Amino acid sequence: MKVDSILNGFVIDHIPAGLGMRLYDLLGLEKLNVTVALIKNVYSKKTGKKDIIKIDADIELNLDVIGYIAKDATVNVIKNGVIIEKKTLSLPEKMVNVIKCKNPRCITTTEQELDHVFTLADSEHGIYRCLYCEAEA
Amino acid sequence: MRSVIDILDLSKTEIDELIAVAEDIIKNPAKYSEKCRGKKLATLFFEPSTRTRLSFESAMYELGGNVIGFSSAQTSSASKGESVADTAKVISCYADIIAMRHPKEGAPYVASKNASIPVINAGDGGHNHPTQTLADLLTIKREKGTLNGYTIGFCGDLKFGRTVHSLISALSRYENINVVLISPDELKLPDYIKKGVLDKNGMPYTETTDLESVIPTLDVLYMTRVQGERFFSEEEYLRLRDSYILTPEKLENAKSDLAILHPLPRVNEISVKIDNDKRACYFKQVLNGKYMRMALILKLLKEAGSI
Ligand SMILES: [Zn+2]
Repeated sequence: MKVDSILNGFVIDHIPAGLGMRLYDLLGLEKLNVTVALIKNVYSKKTGKKDIIKIDADIELNLDVIGYIAKDATVNVIKNGVIIEKKTLSLPEKMVNVIKCKNPRCITTTEQELDHVFTLADSEHGIYRCLYCEAEA
Repeated sequence: MRSVIDILDLSKTEIDELIAVAEDIIKNPAKYSEKCRGKKLATLFFEPSTRTRLSFESAMYELGGNVIGFSSAQTSSASKGESVADTAKVISCYADIIAMRHPKEGAPYVASKNASIPVINAGDGGHNHPTQTLADLLTIKREKGTLNGYTIGFCGDLKFGRTVHSLISALSRYENINVVLISPDELKLPDYIKKGVLDKNGMPYTETTDLESVIPTLDVLYMTRVQGERFFSEEEYLRLRDSYILTPEKLENAKSDLAILHPLPRVNEISVKIDNDKRACYFKQVLNGKYMRMALILKLLKEAGSI
């Protein structure tokens, strides 16, 4: 398989294999009218297998979402075909409208206009809890 | 605007202060009977809870204040589809403080973010019920003389029992408390509370399925209901149920100064034969709840500058 190299945009590398699609969804890439490649199960010396997402456009990339799904991934920023920056990721303290609360008794299930907010409750284990009902994400 | 949604919204010092005020109210009720003259408490009960609502209402009346509100979602604007946020904004125009009960978890938090007056969570689903915990704390304080240094047993549904989780969190800030967790295997205290609260605060605890074997060690026994719908099968429930019913026989080897608490309503988990035993404190707990609600209303109205 051949995927064109990026001129201006991003390469999200070292996504744990299997999480690429989830990240693609949560980043809202499906809705964008830009060239995007999701490459699954790429051979990796470090981890055996990984996923890669290439975005050939200078979009607003939500690094919190990437940090939440794959904090060990790397984000390369590409300008004129060369990597000009490698972004470091970390678990975000707070996520707004990234994921939805699954607790059926949560107020967010009946009040549609509320933001879905999760805060980092346990950074060691990467556990997030709903701001409203404290259910685990 | 200061609100109380979770028991941990109050610091240990603040809880100790509330207890001191409640004990003063008990001693000198007349001193407090005009404190909230001209002030209004709005009881917004989106689901019925007669006992909690009457406790808040009595608390406000005994402070000389007035009460407005509704007692079920059908009689409120929620039945017309009004959001919790809008209700909170509207009620802020009429009242000085809100006590809110809601079946959805997090609703009082949403109200507190939109109201311009203090909001007290009067119970949100299976989530929080901080004034119940305040009632529990005052009861332990009055019965034991202190909130430090005793063995407390929690019996029944420790998995879903929000009153248990909340009381354990509150007690984790006091010293030398031994916790005994008594429940069927299916209803054990969740790991995140064992690790996140008990272990984290160095509170020693033991787990058992047998109430009778540990009852002689207890200074406080906090009973909760074991509900049938929590079990996989009817047989399993019936087999286990009786082990978690407190009877005079099970109390035979208990300490003479044991304090028996229960958040009520009780179904059958405490035999009515125990009600006249001087160790039964669950009706005193109801009264203590009113005094703590009075202390909390006073504190929040003072902080808001309304009194
Ligand atoms: Zn939630």
